[in-house]
Parts: sequence; structure tokens; C-alpha cells
Amino acid sequence: MPVRSNIVGIDSPEALEKALRAAYYLADDAIATASYLALALGKPLLLEGAPGVGKTEAAKAIAAVLGRKLIRLQCYEGIDASAALYEWNYPRQMLAIRQAGEESIDIYGEAFLIERPMLAALRAPDSTVLLIDEIDRADQEFEAFLLEFLSDFQISIPERGTLRASEHPVVVLTSNRTRDLHEALRRRCVYHWIDYPTEEREARIVMMRASSVAERTARAVVAAVGKLRREPLSKAPGIAEAVDWAEAATLLHKGGARWPDAFKRSIGVALKDEEDLHYISPRLDALIAEAAA
Amino acid sequence: MSEEPVLPRAVSVFISFVALLRANGFAVAPEQTMAFLAAIELLGPRSLEHIRKAGLATLAPPPERRATYDRLFDLHFRGSEAIERADGEDEEIVRLQEEGRGEDEPPLADEANESGLAAARAEALVERRFAQETASDALRRLSREAPARLPRRRGHRRRRARRGPFADPRRTLRESVRNDGEVLRLGRLRRRTRPRKILLLIDVSGSMKARTEENMKLAHALSQAAGNVEIFTFGTRLTRVTRALVGPDPRAALERAADEVLDWDGGTRIGDSLKALLDGHGHVVRGAVVVLCSDGLEVGDPELLAAQMERLGLLAHRVVWLNPLKESPAYEPLARGMRAALPHVDRFESGHDLESVAAALWR
Repeated sequence: MPVRSNIVGIDSPEALEKALRAAYYLADDAIATASYLALALGKPLLLEGAPGVGKTEAAKAIAAVLGRKLIRLQCYEGIDASAALYEWNYPRQMLAIRQAGEESIDIYGEAFLIERPMLAALRAPDSTVLLIDEIDRADQEFEAFLLEFLSDFQISIPERGTLRASEHPVVVLTSNRTRDLHEALRRRCVYHWIDYPTEEREARIVMMRASSVAERTARAVVAAVGKLRREPLSKAPGIAEAVDWAEAATLLHKGGARWPDAFKRSIGVALKDEEDLHYISPRLDALIAEAAA
Repeated sequence: MSEEPVLPRAVSVFISFVALLRANGFAVAPEQTMAFLAAIELLGPRSLEHIRKAGLATLAPPPERRATYDRLFDLHFRGSEAIERADGEDEEIVRLQEEGRGEDEPPLADEANESGLAAARAEALVERRFAQETASDALRRLSREAPARLPRRRGHRRRRARRGPFADPRRTLRESVRNDGEVLRLGRLRRRTRPRKILLLIDVSGSMKARTEENMKLAHALSQAAGNVEIFTFGTRLTRVTRALVGPDPRAALERAADEVLDWDGGTRIGDSLKALLDGHGHVVRGAVVVLCSDGLEVGDPELLAAQMERLGLLAHRVVWLNPLKESPAYEPLARGMRAALPHVDRFESGHDLESVAAALWR
């Protein structure tokens, strides 16, 4: 296991937390620790959590801190090697064969290879961060294939041979936990379960992310969002919804609407499900008044 | 592994913590233990919290067992101090303390390992037990037939076929090379089919007491036979037991499930349980074959049940209800809950023998 305790000047979880903050990501202690360990141990980082707690944002921030390009692979049911690894450019190959006529031609050259995210990351491990997003959406065969990739960091292309990464690329995996991941995959990674941030921290995130939101607004929105998350809703508002709500309320308020009213009228950006809105509407006034207090 | 070899004695505390976790059903691989040790070294460690976090990140305890992890961590690294502090807060810790008093002396921090293992064993003895019995022949037959007969859905991937709706450029190109780049025959692809998800909802309330064990065994057999089975139990609350039922040994699996379910033999709130399922785990319902094992004796609001059954019916591929009362030929679904639910049920069977389970499940 190649352990590197110092990555681009970051030698402790605290240093990483600071760097992430400079990249506009407020990490708590635990996620900074997990991320630091993943980087130092050269292992993939697996982030699990409810939708909207900032898993993808974390990967973006890590890429920014390392000064690397983020390559994102969005998983979906039925994703396969041609979408994740590489594909041959068949029409071009066919044309090349026609044009070559009697001459011999290598139709498996670089020019015919279409690079997909995993191959791209493997070829430039020192300048990229590979984000494998929502791995729980992919099917189990793809997970098994991913496991192989993550243990050896090599890809074999039958027509060209095996390609191996010169160093372990930085890989971040995210999962919404709509199903259990294979135990072996969890084992291979450094794991972190992202929870919703504390009210204190979420208010700071809202103020940092939103353009011009007053602290009082941010606190009220965060308190309201926190209450909504404890309700049995089908789509609980995430951090992005909290930021949007704060922005929207501020906008309406500036446009002349009175304060609690502006807050209430903009709930549509936080709750986006008709049934949820219906469920909460009888208690909305009380909830908002309580949060705004 | 590292430049500075760590003293073996220092390491043994961490190794024995991993052993304690394993004894409590956490799956920890040797490579994770190595990562754990490397992580501790990387972090200093300057405090106990560093060790806890290193363990969380590298040993990857499942989030729903996080509380157990923390409890074991405190037990192992803080010993008796942790137990006293937690007094009254946590039922099981208190129980551990009582167990400890019976011994000659309270567990000390130095001997945290032994006391931890003993405590883990003691803890495994509480909660309800399932009777010891291996899967019956009927269940074995069911699991043998299941892979071939369970419903399938159209998959996203394609496979080669003589005829099919899609062209196969890869094969076409390869074959054309043989003919100097001339395409003589277009390769074809068709979609593969994949097994559908199966979602079992097992009523563990008092009125179903006689059937619960059979149903749990059925659930275990199905989850062994098919790869994508989700299992929840409900009575007054909804509990996911899919993970607990993993593993080939039915007795051990049922025991693990027995530890996780807290509402054995209570009342039945089917409507509320379904709502919790649809709100929190709606994704497991979509496109699945949903099997409800319940007698339909609802104590909650039948209107809520009807509304939730409708939601369920809209999301699921097929809704199956296995009601043991139907075994009697004279049975009529008169209970308010059952009457409210029936319009949204596709197949209504007794589930008391293999034939009726097969009739409900097979394609």
C-alpha cells in the first residue's frame, strides 16, 4: 500500500479542511478525515448519503483542491463498458478500410479509439479526479467490473493489450444508497456516510453559496429545512434546495414582499412534490413562523 | 507497510477491536485492517476520536449499525468508563453492565479486549430466537425452481441474436474485415431480460405469530435463490431485514433478523408501514414484484391503507398478497383493512404451501 502522508502540501485532515473551505466547500471533521485518508492511502473514496447532502460537490471540491480536472461518469441502469471505458469508432474504421483499398491498415490505432471516463482517468492519473456518480444506479455486473478496475487500475483492450495506470488515480464514488453496494466494493474504499450538516454549518454553507443572503434569512431557512427533513416527505429538501430557498426568499423580499410572506411564497423551490406540499400546507404557517423566530 | 514499525503490543489493541467487530457480525476484510492501522498512523493519533474516525472510514461499518459500532468502540477503548457514562441512556449498555456485575470485577481498560468479547457474546443471547430447523424440502424445491420461473423485465443491455431490432456495428465490422471491408450481413442485437426485483413485506404482528417463522424462511430462501430480493418486516413499524438475511445458513440469518426487528407480536399498522416504505424506500418498489405476507387485520385507518395500496399498485409491477386465512375455503375478506386493500392486489393467495406461493410468484 503506497502511503503518502503529504499530498500537494496537505499533510493532515485539518489542512485539507482548510483547503476545501478555500474551494467553497465546508467540510466537517469526519469527511475531511475520510478524504484525507483516501488520498494518503491511495484508495478510492466512497461517499454515501441521502440525495442533496453534497456528495458530488465534495468530489468537485477535492478536484479543485488538488488542481486537477474532474472526469465524471454518471451511472445508470444498463451502463456498460462502451459507456464507461472506451469504444471503437466503427463508422470511421469502416471508412478507413474502404479508403485503404489494397494497402494494409491498422484500424485499431489511436485515431479510432473513443476515450470514455475510466480510460481517460487511467491515462492521466496525475492530472484528473475520476468521479463515479450514483454507483447504486448501475447494475451489479457493472459493480463487479468496477471492482476489478479499482483493485488493479488497469484496463485491457483486446485489440491493443493491457493499459495500466502509472500511479493510483484519485477516485471518488458516490451512492444514494437506493440499494446495498457489494461488500467487496465497500471494502476496497475509504468510506464515509455524509449526513445533513448541523444547522450551524448549513447556515454557513447557505451564506457562502448564495449571492447575497442575510445571516438572519440563512438561519431561518436552515431551521425550516431542518424541520421539513424530519417530516415524512417523499423528497426531503437537500442543501441545494436550502440555498435556493434562501435566494428566492431574499429576491421576493427585495421585490417588496413582506418578510414571512416572501419566505412562505418561495417554498416551491424547496419542496418540489405536489403531495409533499399538500401534506405540509396546513402546518406551513406555524412551521415558518417558528423557523423565522 | 510503513517506515516506522509500530510496537506489536500497541497494534494488538487495534487488531482485537477488529476481532470484536467481527464477533458482532461486522464484515471486516484483512485489507481493511491494514488500511485501519495505516490510517491510525497517518492521523497521529492525537486523540481517541482519531482512532474512531480512522475506523469509520476504513472499516466501513454500515450506517444503520453505526450506533453499535460506537458502542463497541467505547466498550473496547474506553472500557468501564464508557459503560458508566452511558448508564440509563441506552438499554443494551445497561444490560451489559448488569452482566458485568455478575463477574468477579468490572472490565478494566487494559483488559478491554476480553471484556468486549464476553460482552459481545452476552449481547448475542438477548432478543427473540427462532427455533432451530433447516430449510424444508419444499423450500429447497422452491429455491431450485425460482431462478427460471420468477418474472423478468426487459434489460438495458443487448446481446447478439440472429434477429433483433438493433444493429451490431462491432460484429458487422469484424465480419466485414474478412470480406475486404464489404458488409454482407448486418449483425443484429436484441435486449437481454433480467430478473425483476422482489420485495417481501412480512407482517410480524401478534395475529401472524404462527406464520412469521415460515414467512421469514421463505424470504431467506428466495433471497438466496434470486439476487435482488428486498425484505422488510412490519407490525407497528417498518424494519429492513434484507442485510440480516444474507448468508447461506437460514438459522443464523433468522437469528440476525430476530435481533433487528423490535416489534414482534404487537399490533398491525399496515397503512402506516406502507407509507413509511413508499416515502423512504420508494425506489425499491418501482417495477418490483411486491409480496405482502399478512392477514390484513389492520388496526390503523383503512382509508390510509387503501390510499397507500393504490400508490403501491401504481409503482409496482405486480402486487401479491399472501393471506394465511385464505387457506380455509370458508374465508371471505370481510376485515375492513383487507377489503380496502383488495382492489389494488393482483394476486391473492394463501401462501400456506408451495403451490400457492408458486402461483403467486411465478410468471
